Formats: sequence, C-alpha cells, structure tokens
Amino acid sequence: MLQAERLAVQRGGRRVLSGIDLELRPGELLGVLGPNGAGKSSLLAALCGELRPLEGQVRLDGRPLAGWPGPERARRLAVLPQSPALEFAFRVEEVVGFGRLPHASGRRRDAEIVARALAAADATHLAGRSYLTLSGGERQRVHLARVMAQLWPGGAQQVLLLDEPTSMLDPLHQHSILQAVREFAGQGTAVLAILHDLNLAARYCDRLLLLAEGCMQALGCPEEVLRAGPLKAVFGLDVLVQRHPERGHPLIVAR
Amino acid sequence: MSAFVRRPRVLLIALTLLLLLAFWLSLALGPLRLPLVDSLLALLRLAGVPLSGAGLEQAELIVGQIRLPRALLGLAVGSVLALSGVAMQALFRNPLADPGLIGVSSGAALGAALAIVGGSLFGAGVPPEESPYLLSASAFAGGLAVTALVYRLGRRDGQTRVATMLLAGLALSALAGAAIGLFGYLADDAALRRLTFWNLGSLSGASYARLWPLLLATLGVALWLPRRAGALNALLLGESEARHLGFEVERLKRELVLCTALGVGAAVAAAGLVGFVGLLVPHLLRLLCGPDHRLLLPAAMLGGASLLLFADLLARLLLAPAELPLGIVTALLGAPFFLWLLRREPL
Repeated sequence: MLQAERLAVQRGGRRVLSGIDLELRPGELLGVLGPNGAGKSSLLAALCGELRPLEGQVRLDGRPLAGWPGPERARRLAVLPQSPALEFAFRVEEVVGFGRLPHASGRRRDAEIVARALAAADATHLAGRSYLTLSGGERQRVHLARVMAQLWPGGAQQVLLLDEPTSMLDPLHQHSILQAVREFAGQGTAVLAILHDLNLAARYCDRLLLLAEGCMQALGCPEEVLRAGPLKAVFGLDVLVQRHPERGHPLIVAR
Repeated sequence: MSAFVRRPRVLLIALTLLLLLAFWLSLALGPLRLPLVDSLLALLRLAGVPLSGAGLEQAELIVGQIRLPRALLGLAVGSVLALSGVAMQALFRNPLADPGLIGVSSGAALGAALAIVGGSLFGAGVPPEESPYLLSASAFAGGLAVTALVYRLGRRDGQTRVATMLLAGLALSALAGAAIGLFGYLADDAALRRLTFWNLGSLSGASYARLWPLLLATLGVALWLPRRAGALNALLLGESEARHLGFEVERLKRELVLCTALGVGAAVAAAGLVGFVGLLVPHLLRLLCGPDHRLLLPAAMLGGASLLLFADLLARLLLAPAELPLGIVTALLGAPFFLWLLRREPL
C-alpha cells in the first residue's frame, strides 16, 4: 500500500510540503481538501513519483517508488491529472484503451475492460466519438475511465490518485462520478482524490485530509475534520456545520 | 473527423499497391520512356533471370544504372521523412510539428553550404568525383551537430524540455540561415547555383554508393519506431501521463531525437532539402486512419515513399528533358493541400 513518511517537497526553491505522514488504506476513499496553493497537487505529484521528495520518502508495498520498474508500477498505481492536454483525434475508446498499455491482457479482454470502465464513468454513449469533439466534462469522464481501466477491476494491491476529478462536471455527474469512484474503491483499491466541494467530500469520502501551507492540519473521518474551527483556520471561511437530514453526514453552509 | 478507416488492413494494402505503382512508374518513365513491361523485365534481368528481347539490354542499363537507384532513393527519403514527421509530432505533442524543428535540416544545409562554398574557395585538393560524397558527409555531420546542440540546450536537471528544444531549434536554425547566407555571399556563381539547387532537393544524384547509408538509416528507423508505437500513443497524452502508464519518457525522447537526426540527416545528405513530406504525410494519413501509431507508422512509411516517388515523377516529366528541383514540386503540391486541410477541419 502507498505510504508517505515525513515527506517534504520543494518546488522552484520553495518548500511546498513538509512533515507529511500518510498511509492510504485499501478500499478507502481519502479526500484531500485545502485552499489554493496549499500543496494538494504537489502532494499528489510526490505520491506518484513525479516530484522527488526533499526529505522522507514514498513507498508502495514497502518499496520506494523509484525502485519500481515502470510497467509494474503502472499496473499498481494510476494517476488522473487535472487537465490532460490531448491534441489528437483519438476515438474515445482508444483513449480509454491507453490505460491497458502497461498490461498484456490481450485485445479481447482489453476491449471488455474498456467497455466496463466507460460504463463506470457514465461515458458509454461517447464511444466512437473523437476525443477532440468532447466537452471538458466529457473529457474528464473519459480520462477517469482510462485510469480505472488501467487498474481494472481494482483490488487491495492498487492505488488510484485523482486530481480534482469533478472540477468540470455538472452537478449530477459530480455525484455519479464520485459514486463510481466509491464503488471502484469498494473493490479494494485505495483512492486519494483532491476535492474542492466540502459537501461532496463529506458525502463520499471515508477519511479527509485538510492541508494548509504544505502541512497536514487535520486527518480523520469527515465528522472530525469538517468542523467550523478547522475550516475557519484553513479556509478563513465562517461556516455552519449541520447534519444532512437524510444521510447524517456533515453538511457545510457558509454563514 | 468521421472517416477513420475501420479496416486498417485495407488501408495498408491500398497504400502498398500505390507504392508499387509509383515504384513501377519511376522505373518506366523519364526523358526516355520505357514500355511498362520492359521496365519489369529489365528488373528481372538485373536480378539474374536470363531474359532477352528487343531493347531489353538498353532498358536494363537505364533501369539498373539510373532509375532503380533513383527510385530506391526516393522510397527511402520519402519513408524516412514521413516517419520522422510522425516522431516529431509525437515528441512535441503537436500535429503541426515538422522534422526540421530540432535543427537537423538547417544543420544539414549549413554542412552542405560549407562543403560547396568552402570546397570552391579552398578545396582545390578534392577530386571532383569525390565532391558529392564530401557534400553528403558534410551535410549529415552538420545535421547531427546542430541537433545535438539543440538537444543539449533543451536539457536541464536531467530532463529534456521539449518547449526549450523547440525554441533552441528556432534560434539555431536562424543562426544557420545567417551562416548559409554569408556563404552564399562569399560564393562564386557556380557554387551559388549548386547551393541553390541543393537547397531545393533532388533525386538526380542517385547512385548506389550514396544510397547505402540512407537505406541503413531508413531501415533502422522503420524497424525501431513501430516498436515504440504504444509509448508514442501514451506520449500524446503528456509526458507525466506516459510516465504514469509505465513508460521511460526521458529515454523515449532521447531515442526520438536520435532517430530523427539520423534519418532526416541521411535523407537530406542524399537528396537535399525536400520540404513538406514530413509535415503533410502524417497529417493526411491521420485523416484516413486516425492517430493510433500502430497503424499510422506503417501507413506514413508507405504513403511518404509513394508521395515522394510521384513528386519525383512530376519533377522529371513536367519540363522534360530538363528537370525541376524536387523540393519545388513537393512544396507546390504540399502547401496548397496543407492549407486546404487546415481550413477543412481542426485536426
């Protein structure tokens, strides 16, 4: 499983993360919250090996990330970046099929997985279209299908890192996509997602990490983290925290 | 973008037939027109099949000495330019990238100018029959040297930055252009004329001796690039995305630059500057078969070779018995077609 120990990261000569101790747990959806510039994306980049840590290290299964051969690591760890730029007219199922590149599971099995991943991301109807004709939200769902296909069907050995997977989605799809991610985590995969919407985080995440100025401010279940005090300290926002009338999770309203 | 070919095999077979036709016509047509059948029979005779017939000996001579090396040269130049175009478009993740971007063409032009003008100014010692080889070697070395410099300038902290490389390529190309201009200023009329024609490209200097290095380079590129088709697909998503998919992106970029430098360097050394093939062919084929490199690479190879052979046919037939420089034909055909593509739909 993915583990960060005393992680510190520098970017452009500036320390953007320090003292991060974090373990992703199988089957769990961990939400990362924090204001702009808090180090959320840096954390994700460090967790997947894109940024070299200044101190501490990231281990996958107890082995430092750098020690993993590329394809083997790719079968265990998938990353959804914030805004993938693809300027070529691939068909949607080809883009999702890229998730199968680290595998040698055969064309038929790959096609089946691509279809299932598309269905999971509610993007089946996009199959056959050129990627370039899709809207921002549709592209985001296609890339989510791609990273799910990379780990499909998901299991306790695997890790999925998502950078703002709902940033371009309409309200319905913000819910249906996070529900899909939850179900994917239900197969055993450890999922970390950077989120901005506190209520979405409250509803779908098992644990939340509150990040500010590169440091961990709170880590725990939504009820522990989403309290008026810490939220005011981190976001500078006065909020009321109530209980969701039907589901019981915290409901955050700006005052 | 609707008309992706659903049956890739059909496209590859069609392109192969097109290439065979282009090759056949290249053997038969020219200032002296051979009957189509004779050009094939001459090829068989060259291969050692004992055939005899009226005019076959002459046909064998023309095909063997002139047209076969020329057709092979065109085939190699066209396919390696198109393949390098695909490689550069993947490296820069931009369908408008051209093999010239990393400085290989302008470096080769500089090398050629050095050989031509330098040869005419100081090179009394080089026997005239060896000067084409000196020119090729100098062009090849110039292409490699400038590309190596562009690559070095793009490296920082153990990473190759393609945006920096692009800018370095532009700057060094401008510098090479200035140097070539200076050589042109210093050159006498004969050298200036050679320089001008070399810059426009031509297959007319074809000989087996000049063919081998290019055939080897082309074979290397043609065998190596398709093995990286999956990695090239992933690279189009972005460098980090390709790394997340398990590919060694730094090595891949290094290999792509090396491949293009060798392939385009050898092509330019053998045939001068032939524009538009590396840009146009991949573009056109993406319209037909989509951007998947597993299909695009073999298609570009076949398509590039066919286009170059047809362009060369026009070059030698339009003003026969005189010959147009090949680069003029590819630009005349390529530029309007490219504009039409641009206007037609965003790629």
